[in-house]
Amino acid sequence: MMLSGDEDEEKWLAEGIAGVQHNAFYMHRALDSNNLREALKYSAQMLSELRTSKLSPHKYYELYMRAFDELRKLEMFFKDESRHGVSIIDLYELVQHAGNILPRLYLLCTVGSVYIKSKEAPAKEVLKDLVEMCRGVQHPIRGLFLRSYLAQVSRDKLPDIGSEYERDAETVMDAVEFVLQNFTEMNKLWVRMQHQGPGRVREKREKERNELRDLVGKNLHVLSQIEGVDLEMYKENVLPRVLEQVVNCKDELAQYYLMDCIIQVFPDEYHLQTLETLLGACPQLQPTVDIKTVLSRLMDRLSNYAVSSADVLPEFLQVEAFAKLSNAIGKVIDAQVDMPIVGAISLYVSLLTFTLRVHPDRLDYVDQVLGACVKKLSSAPKLEDSRATKQVVALLSAPLDKYNDILTALTLSNYPRVMDHLDDGTNKVMAMVIIQSIMKNSTCISTAEKVEVLFELIKGLIKDLDGAAQDELDEEDFKEEQNSVARLIHMLYNDDSEEMLKIICTVRKHIMTGGPKRLLFTVPPLVFSALRLVRQLQNQDGDVAGEEEPATPKKIFQLLNQTIETLLYVPSPEMALRLYLQCAEAANDCDLEPVAYEFFTQAFMLYEEEIADSKAQVTAIHLIIGTLQRISVFGIENRDTLTHKATGYSARLLKKPDQCRAVYACSHLFWVDDQDGIKDGERVLLCLKRALRIANAAQQMANVARGSSGPVVLFVEILNKYLYFFEKGNTQITASAIQSLIELITSEMQSESTTLDPADNAFFASTKRYIEFQKKKGGAMGEKYDPINV
Amino acid sequence: MNYLIGAFKPACNISITFADGKNRKQISIEPVLGKKVEHNGVKIELLGQIEMYFDRGNFYDFTSLVRELDVPGEIYERKTYPFEFSTVEMPYETYNGVNVRLRYVLKVTVSRGYGGSVVEYQDFVVRNYTPPPSINNSIKMEVGIEDCLHIEFEYNKSKYHLKDVIIGKIYFLLVRIKIKNMDLEIRRRESTGSGANTHVETETLAKFELMDGAPVRGESIPIRLFLSPYELTPTHRNINNKFSVKYYLNLVLVDEEDRRYFKQQEITIYRLQENS
Repeated sequence: MMLSGDEDEEKWLAEGIAGVQHNAFYMHRALDSNNLREALKYSAQMLSELRTSKLSPHKYYELYMRAFDELRKLEMFFKDESRHGVSIIDLYELVQHAGNILPRLYLLCTVGSVYIKSKEAPAKEVLKDLVEMCRGVQHPIRGLFLRSYLAQVSRDKLPDIGSEYERDAETVMDAVEFVLQNFTEMNKLWVRMQHQGPGRVREKREKERNELRDLVGKNLHVLSQIEGVDLEMYKENVLPRVLEQVVNCKDELAQYYLMDCIIQVFPDEYHLQTLETLLGACPQLQPTVDIKTVLSRLMDRLSNYAVSSADVLPEFLQVEAFAKLSNAIGKVIDAQVDMPIVGAISLYVSLLTFTLRVHPDRLDYVDQVLGACVKKLSSAPKLEDSRATKQVVALLSAPLDKYNDILTALTLSNYPRVMDHLDDGTNKVMAMVIIQSIMKNSTCISTAEKVEVLFELIKGLIKDLDGAAQDELDEEDFKEEQNSVARLIHMLYNDDSEEMLKIICTVRKHIMTGGPKRLLFTVPPLVFSALRLVRQLQNQDGDVAGEEEPATPKKIFQLLNQTIETLLYVPSPEMALRLYLQCAEAANDCDLEPVAYEFFTQAFMLYEEEIADSKAQVTAIHLIIGTLQRISVFGIENRDTLTHKATGYSARLLKKPDQCRAVYACSHLFWVDDQDGIKDGERVLLCLKRALRIANAAQQMANVARGSSGPVVLFVEILNKYLYFFEKGNTQITASAIQSLIELITSEMQSESTTLDPADNAFFASTKRYIEFQKKKGGAMGEKYDPINV
Repeated sequence: MNYLIGAFKPACNISITFADGKNRKQISIEPVLGKKVEHNGVKIELLGQIEMYFDRGNFYDFTSLVRELDVPGEIYERKTYPFEFSTVEMPYETYNGVNVRLRYVLKVTVSRGYGGSVVEYQDFVVRNYTPPPSINNSIKMEVGIEDCLHIEFEYNKSKYHLKDVIIGKIYFLLVRIKIKNMDLEIRRRESTGSGANTHVETETLAKFELMDGAPVRGESIPIRLFLSPYELTPTHRNINNKFSVKYYLNLVLVDEEDRRYFKQQEITIYRLQENS
């Protein structure tokens, strides 16, 4: 039976470990008896287990670690000359007698480390010899582990500055040289793995290589730890050498990993001072290398560095970090023609983030980044890739988040041009982001120009873009969007009325293009915004009277009239009616009778022509009555016309109870409880009487139609109106009239045919209680109530 | 035929001593149990012999010197004879090979008319030191199989002493085969006889792994081989027209199908004065 690959490997590993343990046992015995010859023999045999080619890197590592532990014990033995009686120099030769190269070199490294420690030879000589001799192992995995062993044992013995192995100034360079050489060789072996070995699947090989990458990267880490590697040396020596290796190895995996490594292990300050060199390597990498991630990380690090302390900012300026990064990104994008657009955009996002963090004051930089992005985007048609659009959204959101202020974004000339490249859906999302930013920060947009730009930005929400599929719209989303636009309109404000008018005109211009569905949402806020301006003008009335004032209420009202008219095509007559009434009220406050009259006319015409639904009519007539009641600007004639109309319409409502209620509401039109308000008691009484009649008729109709009389609540309501006017001093309303009404209600309630509603009952009862209360309270009012018996 | 030869113990014991190793060499003859030994004379010979194993028992003496130590007479008690061979030419080193042996021997003969002569042998080893050669070029060579493998190798010298180190490198100019490993072998070639009767025996004395795995173009692999662990002799060239011993470095590359590619180079081994 064939074993599967994994089981095989397990078996081989187990055999290898057993071999190591077996020989380690005899090695220990030899060590205990201080027998050098035997110790060398068994340690070499033990290390021979590492000559296997059957294990994957992962398993090989396990085996290696076993041997590694044993070698520590051997090293202890080597250190103690009294135990084996051989000088270290002789020992260094002795271990080289081993016939097999791998055990020989492991032993050599082990002795070499003792040799350096003994200081009988300069560290640099020994290290140089070791790193050179290790060339003998050309097998990638075995070589990598051997060299990693070398790196490990030599790590604390480098002739670094301040180290005990330092001899003169030159030796730091030797340490660097050693690590660099080991790094170079390891990288070569690592890269070679890709092209050698049995024809296994590529993925598996890449996975294996990935498992080994830290062995290579460790060298860079060691380099970064060497004290003597100062900026000067890093710049002149270390970085160019490392980059040379990275570029020349022409391997995707290695280039990506090592670039990242460089960025992560060396200090930010170094990166900043060597940006040109580092970035210069980027376009030379293989086209498939994920360079955007590398650069993003670099920029992330640099921007964090910039934020970390204010002292370093001048350095950024001095080295022109932005220009260099920007330049490099351009080159990389040009060099990697196959890079998907998403890659390019995310690079720009990183650059933008960097710019925003490092040079928040340089809007021109921001604009420059956006401009570069536009250039890249315009080389392709509209974005299809959803990831790319996401990146663009990120790109556009970044300045908003940073400045917390849309005004800044509005000054960026390339901002809208980037937005143009988004698909409609994303465009809307972006527009929403912009609006939300404004809302969150309560930013006030105060000039017409900015408003113009802003609306240009969010035009995805304002109107249907070409080819937008209408039916795809989710109703709720649409409402949400339009509500946001409506909220936005309130954020556009300027104290200067002239400018404000301009803003309003601009907004109007834009929202008029939105089509019927949007107008319903956008017209009301515009109207209210305009009305606010009207009130403002009215307050500063005095000082502008004489001048040629462009922003007069009249003018605004004209504008409003035209604006509201558009709602008729929506059609939304109810909304239009409400707005007309609002305008009428504002006109009233401005003392513009004809204007108010005009608005009322419009409202009535709407009522007549457009509002057919009876429920809507009820609501509308109450609104009309309410508004009309408050308006004081009308002359008697105009007022009569309008009140006449209102009462007429009230009486012609469909349902009797509605009629009744509308009619008694009309009574207020003749009694304005103001100092110089109209007080026509007679017509009030007329209205109320008429309401009573209608209530009666309703009662009778109910009797006929359903065999039970309708609710008495209408009478109670009318009674309340009686009481109101009675208290207000309408002489036409007498105590006896009230008395008879109470009695009427009482008898109605006792009538058998009446269906009693507890609520009605309670209403009547509390009305009666009120009368009692007034009576008991005494005073003028008490006296007035006195004749009424409950 | 003397039937009594060997029936008795030798009539006397002979011992040969190199007292202080330099000039006070002597032999002593001691009769058994106080008996007297009659003899026709005592002599000592110094012989340099080459012995071919396949030519059994045939010695070729290339050196033979005789000193008469005593005239015929009788020995009653222990008697000592100093002797000296001064300025003897010993041109060859002692050698113990597969098919041949070169030895130096001292032979003492107590001649007796009857009862057979008493003979005693004493071997001694001769080593000849060579001064460091005045010319010692490196071995440098480019070899290869067309479009398959091209290497350049270099050994730092062509002449090595017995405790020497071979330093060198192999540079890969072209690699189109999958190499598994590379060894450096030290081989000894001993040839004996001459003409049609030549016997050649080759032994591999050292097999030293230089490289593990497959290199790529441009790699250079270091060589450092210490000779001291191996039992080498100096190179012998045409010793007395009887035999030669030569040494070769054999560079062997093995590919993944276990095919061997090799290149053999002769090196000269010499004995260097230890403290020189």
